[in-house]
Amino acid sequence: MSVILEMVDVTRIHGEGHLAVQALTNAALRVDSGELIAVMGPSGSGKTTLLSIAGGLDRQTTGSVQVEGQELSALSPARLARLRRRRIGYVFQQLNLIEGLTAAENVSLPLELDGMGLKEARAHAQRALESVGLQDLGDRFPDDLSGGEQQRVAIARGIVGERVLLLADEPTGALDSITGEAVLKLMRAHCDAGGGGVLVTHDARWAAWADRVIFLRDGKIVDETEAPDGPESLLNVR
Amino acid sequence: MSVQMSLLAILADAPGYGLQLRNEFEARTGSIWSLNVGQVYTTLSRLERDGLVEQRGGDGVEKLYSITRAGRTRLREWFAEPTQYGAPHRDELVLKLVMALESSEVDARDVLQAERKAAVQALQEYTRLKRTADESDIGWLYLLDSLIFQTEARVRWLDACEERLKRGGARRAKVLAEQDKEEVRR
Repeated sequence: MSVILEMVDVTRIHGEGHLAVQALTNAALRVDSGELIAVMGPSGSGKTTLLSIAGGLDRQTTGSVQVEGQELSALSPARLARLRRRRIGYVFQQLNLIEGLTAAENVSLPLELDGMGLKEARAHAQRALESVGLQDLGDRFPDDLSGGEQQRVAIARGIVGERVLLLADEPTGALDSITGEAVLKLMRAHCDAGGGGVLVTHDARWAAWADRVIFLRDGKIVDETEAPDGPESLLNVR
Repeated sequence: MSVQMSLLAILADAPGYGLQLRNEFEARTGSIWSLNVGQVYTTLSRLERDGLVEQRGGDGVEKLYSITRAGRTRLREWFAEPTQYGAPHRDELVLKLVMALESSEVDARDVLQAERKAAVQALQEYTRLKRTADESDIGWLYLLDSLIFQTEARVRWLDACEERLKRGGARRAKVLAEQDKEEVRR
């Protein structure tokens, strides 16, 4: 089993001196191939900071963060940007789809920015749209898609090409139950196919789709779920 | 009550023997609620006493039960009436958290977290069952969704308790500090 993400002893301090705020303290997190990890905690507990550092969008003050064995803080800005484009996908509550581009163009954009030829990028985009069940809607603009469809486009963009690590921050946002479930199924499928994922959510119903759930409080990992005892222990309800 | 009505619902489709009824009950509920044969026969004799089912035919060894007209009427009433939940019972979890607030034995936040973790683990298991469930098995999915939503509600309530504890704790510290100042002034 290969390690996709490994964070060791990660601390993030914003500001200095008496104004310093410790957003994350000695956090450790490992995601193996095939695993989906959920991070739960109240607002302000450091969930988004953890996710940003895992994805190279923010840098830790101390500690180590490796994606597929590469230490992010040791990479030049250009190489870090390339790793982010090629190996890491992001899905946020604010979808950040570009209005003037079609669904297919939105999905292929990161690959095109990475220098991939248009034709190849579009082929990858089509495959990603297929995997989220939107193969026939690639020509639509975001405004012509439902909220659930837009979210699936955002996920397609998150997994397009050869992205291995999928990072999601409240990806079910304001979606209804059934649509939210579809989003989780897609994340799960990405991981079951050998990828890895980290899902930040305050909603236990979505966190429950993960293999492990990590609890953050005041910037510290205070607990995590253990392997279940099996259904017999739970279904003994009367 | 719910077992009585469930047996009536099954008998409304076709007459059945005790063992058959139990198997059908477990098939419809995805075996999430087990029911022993003895319980089935006790329930059937109560239903018979009330004139809601009757014995008709049979193979001489086992009794074959059918629903009566009164039984069908009762079943329709059951489907039509909203379910009664009665007065809230004394919930052990609420009591435990209230006791933890004042107890010097524990940190109330640790108790909250232990409960939250157990609930999330249960949710993980229900979700795993749901992921592997057949989409056409709607009754089974109803049950799993019911357990998932109830457990989720518990986690949300625990989250709210923690928030309340945080705010209330800060406020209480302030009140105590002011009381201390009063004491010193005197």
